[in-house]
Amino acid sequence: MEDDILLRSGGWFLIAVVAIFAAAAAADTAFAIHMGIAAAAAILTAFVSLRGISLLQTRSAVARAQERYDDEVIRWGVIATVFWGVVGFLVGIVIAAQLSFPLLNLPTEYTTFGRLRPLHTSAVIFAFGGNALIATSFYVVQRTCRARLALPGLARFVFWGYQLFIVLAATGYILGVTEGREYAEPEWYVDLWLTIVWVAYLAVFAGTILKRSEPHIYVANWFYLGFILTVAMLHIVNNLSLPVSWVGSKSYSLFSGVQDALTQWWYGHNAVGFFLTAGFLGMMYYFVPKQAERPIYSYRLSILHFWSLIFLYIWAGPHHLHYTALPDWAQTLGMVFSVMLWMPSWGGMINGLMTLNGAWDKVRTDPIIRLMVFALAFYGMSTFEGPMMSVKSVNSLSHYTNWTIGHVHSGALGWNGMITFAAIYYMTPRLWGRTRLYSLRMVNWHFWCATLGIVLYASSMWVAGITQGLMWREYGDDGYLVYSFAEVVQAMHPYYVIRVGGGLLYFIGALFMVWNVWMTIAGKLREEVPMTGTPFDPARDHPLPARAPAAE
Amino acid sequence: MFNFVQGHKKIERNVTLLAALALVTVAIGGIVEIAPLFWIQSTVEKVDGVRPYTPLELAGRNIYIREGCYGCHSQMIRPFRDETERYGHYSLAAESMYDHPFQWGSERTGPDLARVGNRYSDEWHVQHLKDPRAVVPESIMPPYAFLAERALKAEDMAAHLKALRAEGVPYTADDIAKAVQDVRTQGYGDGDTADLARRYPGAQSRDFDGNRDRLTEMDAVVAYLQSLGTQVDFAKAAAREKAE
Repeated sequence: MEDDILLRSGGWFLIAVVAIFAAAAAADTAFAIHMGIAAAAAILTAFVSLRGISLLQTRSAVARAQERYDDEVIRWGVIATVFWGVVGFLVGIVIAAQLSFPLLNLPTEYTTFGRLRPLHTSAVIFAFGGNALIATSFYVVQRTCRARLALPGLARFVFWGYQLFIVLAATGYILGVTEGREYAEPEWYVDLWLTIVWVAYLAVFAGTILKRSEPHIYVANWFYLGFILTVAMLHIVNNLSLPVSWVGSKSYSLFSGVQDALTQWWYGHNAVGFFLTAGFLGMMYYFVPKQAERPIYSYRLSILHFWSLIFLYIWAGPHHLHYTALPDWAQTLGMVFSVMLWMPSWGGMINGLMTLNGAWDKVRTDPIIRLMVFALAFYGMSTFEGPMMSVKSVNSLSHYTNWTIGHVHSGALGWNGMITFAAIYYMTPRLWGRTRLYSLRMVNWHFWCATLGIVLYASSMWVAGITQGLMWREYGDDGYLVYSFAEVVQAMHPYYVIRVGGGLLYFIGALFMVWNVWMTIAGKLREEVPMTGTPFDPARDHPLPARAPAAE
Repeated sequence: MFNFVQGHKKIERNVTLLAALALVTVAIGGIVEIAPLFWIQSTVEKVDGVRPYTPLELAGRNIYIREGCYGCHSQMIRPFRDETERYGHYSLAAESMYDHPFQWGSERTGPDLARVGNRYSDEWHVQHLKDPRAVVPESIMPPYAFLAERALKAEDMAAHLKALRAEGVPYTADDIAKAVQDVRTQGYGDGDTADLARRYPGAQSRDFDGNRDRLTEMDAVVAYLQSLGTQVDFAKAAAREKAE
């Protein structure tokens, strides 16, 4: 055991030395900084694994080993999810404010919209969403397989390795290190690192399924497995690139023009389809039935919609490229499959919502169920809106406008955000051994702030987008375009300001969550009137109509 | 009806089978849609005038990517009347055939830039990049004054061209050998500009940022912007269409 630890920390130390050499030989400053960060992380890991020798004997380690499930890494994951969520939302508010008041770009290169925008998208999708997916998948797979995590050391590597990926990607954007393709911005060496972490993730997840004591693999795990495998495929193919120098941050994508565009949106759309949909459906399939204390509505439907969803999603990428230089046949295929995708998407929504059959009263009494129902409703709404927008004639108006932004956020804030919040509220007391959350009423506050925020955000962007699209194509009686581009930009101002308001509300809701999770972990319980304040009074149930006083 | 629930029980008891089937299922769409783009000839029709970027334009393009300009500016004009009147002839696939990566974009928070080349003067671009609201009061673009302050780092342009050639961009050995020199020639507008124009037809050589003393990142960005959409001569094509 001790030899093992020595070997492991020796290995990390070696990696640190390599990173330091790479930093010294770096072709550009950003690469040097990144190798410095990597070296620091490796040295830290080396020391922590050395300390592991003494930790092996400590009481907490013994206690951990006696836990029914290996939950330590999930506890970290919950904290990381909340932390990155707050960071991502905050950056979102900042860049929304920059579009309203360009002065806020500040006269430095590090704070421009162009550099902060990928920071926002990556922070919410990959840092907030990714941590939520890793944490919940480890939580769900152990409980539905009745097995402890396979390869516990590797599971910890997955968590910390993923955080390093986030830090490298985020600092890279600020420093201007980017591959220049949306949602796939990290440069080649960060991509390589993520590949290693992702393979380790697959190993831990599939390994845990392998050692399960349940004969069947539960449906939530199909979705998680599909998500992990597909994201690996997308990530590797889309990031094929050739670095200019092996000690520099710049690389050139292997593909160009049309081919690069379609590869990118095949990736980009399925980052939505698998990262933000399949993975989160895995979350839904565990936490909704658990919280509602009802079985999943239909097993058949889950089989049908799992296979059709993963088959159809992959085809939908070209709808991001309607009327571009992409060949027509590919555009049409993309449109047709996007429309078909509506059905399996709603299959998931129906399976989730109908699970509440017989427990609908909980929407009124349980704010966590309310979060889940709202998430599913928004999932259903944005998976209707998506196919609609991918119809070419609709897309000719909506493409390039803020409508797309509104669509993305109704899905991200409504579906991904709300279902994640619900999962966090479900897991936190269970992971830290508390009888209940610090406060259920604060969950309710969170719900209403977030809901109002989404309404403001989505409706302002819908109006903005359609206005924008119509103004661009407006012709006067004289046969000339009516509006200059700058006039359309000016017309967006009020909507941009409303959006900042919506974002702020959503952010305030998240702050309620931070406080609630924090106090729950601290072991506090807020004294409050219980949420279930609707006792049954038979006397008042269907009372007989009062007899009208007899006429005199 | 085939009892697919019974059949599925085999799959959901075997993680290897489940993973393998899922992987096959998700691979199909991509293979059918993406792979043919590499061998169907008509995907990118050859068009006269399309050439690789000069080293200076390429350096400018890399700054464009670094600053995340693609987050707000598209470079893809769709074949609609309003777009072609506003921005110019719709974009051809060939026009981005040497773009590693493509920069078509997905948002028009700012206007499309596919044909912004030669539309405005260099001075306008410099002013606009330094302080966008000085020339367009309604603009919400961030200021990029620092580009004019910073010397252009271009001593490794030969390595950039080599990497791109390895990916199929037809840079010649001569282009690679002269990469660093070409940057200076084009950005100062002196030296053997004829040789540069011979190897990169239509390349514009001059001082772009109004500062004759040194090459800045502003020079590169403006050189790139002024080249956008200028490679294909659509006027010539129009005459031919008429004749036919």
